[in-house]
Amino acid sequence: MTALTTFVSAHDRRRPGVRAAVRSVHVLTLLVLLLIGVGPLYWMVKGAVTPPSELTTHPLALWPDRPLTGNFATAYHDLGVGRYLLNTCLIVGGSWFVQLFVSATAGFALSVLRPRFGRVVYGAVLATMFVPYTVNMVSLFVTVTDLPFLHLNLGDTYWAIWLPAGTNAFTVLLAKQFFDALPRELFDAARVDGASTRQLLTRIVLPMSRPVLAVISLLAIMHSWKDFIWPLVALTDPEKQPISVALAQLATQAPQDQLIAAMVLAVAPPVLVFVVCQKYLVAGLGFTGVKG
Amino acid sequence: MSLLATEPTRAAAVSKESPAGPARRRRGRAVRGQLTAWAFLVPALLVFGFFAWWPILRGLLISFQRTNLTDPPTWVGLDNFRSLFADPLLTTAVGNTLLFVALAVLIGFPAPLLLAAVISTVRRGAGVYRFLVYLPVVIPPVVAILLWKWFYDPGSGLFNSALGLVGLGPYSWLESSGSAMLSLVLEATWAGMGGAVLIYLAAMVGIPGELYEAAEVDGAGVRRRVWHVLLPQLRSVIGLLLLVQLLNTVQVFTEPYVFTGGGPESATLTVLLLIFRYAFQDGAYGQAAALSCLMVIVLALLSAVYLRVTRTWSSS
Repeated sequence: MTALTTFVSAHDRRRPGVRAAVRSVHVLTLLVLLLIGVGPLYWMVKGAVTPPSELTTHPLALWPDRPLTGNFATAYHDLGVGRYLLNTCLIVGGSWFVQLFVSATAGFALSVLRPRFGRVVYGAVLATMFVPYTVNMVSLFVTVTDLPFLHLNLGDTYWAIWLPAGTNAFTVLLAKQFFDALPRELFDAARVDGASTRQLLTRIVLPMSRPVLAVISLLAIMHSWKDFIWPLVALTDPEKQPISVALAQLATQAPQDQLIAAMVLAVAPPVLVFVVCQKYLVAGLGFTGVKG
Repeated sequence: MSLLATEPTRAAAVSKESPAGPARRRRGRAVRGQLTAWAFLVPALLVFGFFAWWPILRGLLISFQRTNLTDPPTWVGLDNFRSLFADPLLTTAVGNTLLFVALAVLIGFPAPLLLAAVISTVRRGAGVYRFLVYLPVVIPPVVAILLWKWFYDPGSGLFNSALGLVGLGPYSWLESSGSAMLSLVLEATWAGMGGAVLIYLAAMVGIPGELYEAAEVDGAGVRRRVWHVLLPQLRSVIGLLLLVQLLNTVQVFTEPYVFTGGGPESATLTVLLLIFRYAFQDGAYGQAAALSCLMVIVLALLSAVYLRVTRTWSSS
């Protein structure tokens, strides 16, 4: 990779004073980033294996004299972190599927099939961007507990989280714009070969759209893993709550060291996924990060 | 409409058999095409209908109603708005939210720009910098907040212990109404910075190197190249991220809810937390909806600016 030309030019870098200054700024930044990036995670792991008495007597010790690992098992089984993590996975999985399904079908209909008044629907979808769901949560809650016409109560079921997850106008927009850029000749050719509309979507459009499907998946999964306010409102049954909501409640009841162990267990899955796929994630986020 | 481009040839083939058919057939196919297209829109129509469009209208309705979710709602006109404005907590919440926004912009806005500028000059191992800077973003917010709550602990917390070594403190981070909001902002800045850094970096890669070279030939030093090339080139991204940050921070909820529950003495009570309290603690859904409506107006104004900026940005 050729070095990018930045405001510090190759010529500058040859001057010893500038080079030393640039080098020291880089090292200093790296240290600060290590401190604020890895530091808190390290401190959390340290706190999880430290006996409570040592936590208060030697708060600055870098590692406990006699590390305990029992807190993880206690947190996993007794505090129910295992179940809460499973709940989170169920919530994330369902929300991801609904969001992908709605965005792909709507994007396909609006971009490829283009029904009459499709633009009106698209406009109405985009208009919802003006009302973030956090602000809308009261009436969303009222709606979810008594669906209009159907009179179903979705409260305390995962449907209350899965279905509203589909109302992300931004991912519909991403899908439509990506499909818009696909060559229409392909669709015509597929039609002539006798492809049905469904086959047009599943055999032609979707296989060509892996990048945008990946980005939509990434946004959907990140959002629903991090979401707190809506599960807090929609799920009051502790048996069903995701880890984020459960932790906020545990914080007031569990002993400090066990709580920290629970936090380590909650943070491990996303951090591991990030470490493994960071190359792709960082690239994908640079593309859509504006909304992140 | 190029889908229909193949129609005449097929229709011609058909017309040999039945001279009266083609027009009707073509119309039949068009209707069927419309129906299929709408069929693919059904998932979106259902989901947006039930969980976006209807709740938005419903919220507007509820703000003029009194309802406890079991009895049929009654129409109360502007009563909800009246009791809302009579509540002294409203002014507190609006003030606190504005304070959070202001502090978040003051602290959280220059930091990512500065970091991105430094990282953009790194030649080897820039990936490590990007990885580290984004790491806090993948930590779930509640975990991050509980972690910082432990750091802020006045007795055995990391911050007071570390500052005590150099003879500072002890500070009562979250416990005093003077510093509680600042403590929230520090955590929120740490947690949210990574995304902005990556966006700035992406934008900096897009700046043509010739601009810097030309400036250098004209005798501009590093500082003037930052001031006269880098910053003007980033102008639109900076404006965009500022608006995104405003939109996000106005909706701050998780930090005050988990850190302080709005205390001490309502010093961290934000608008969204007040909406939450009205609805889910007091059962005053109407009043909560009324405040939501006012909030939507503010956010819609900000979003309108956001959209306008994005449009001019992408067209330039």
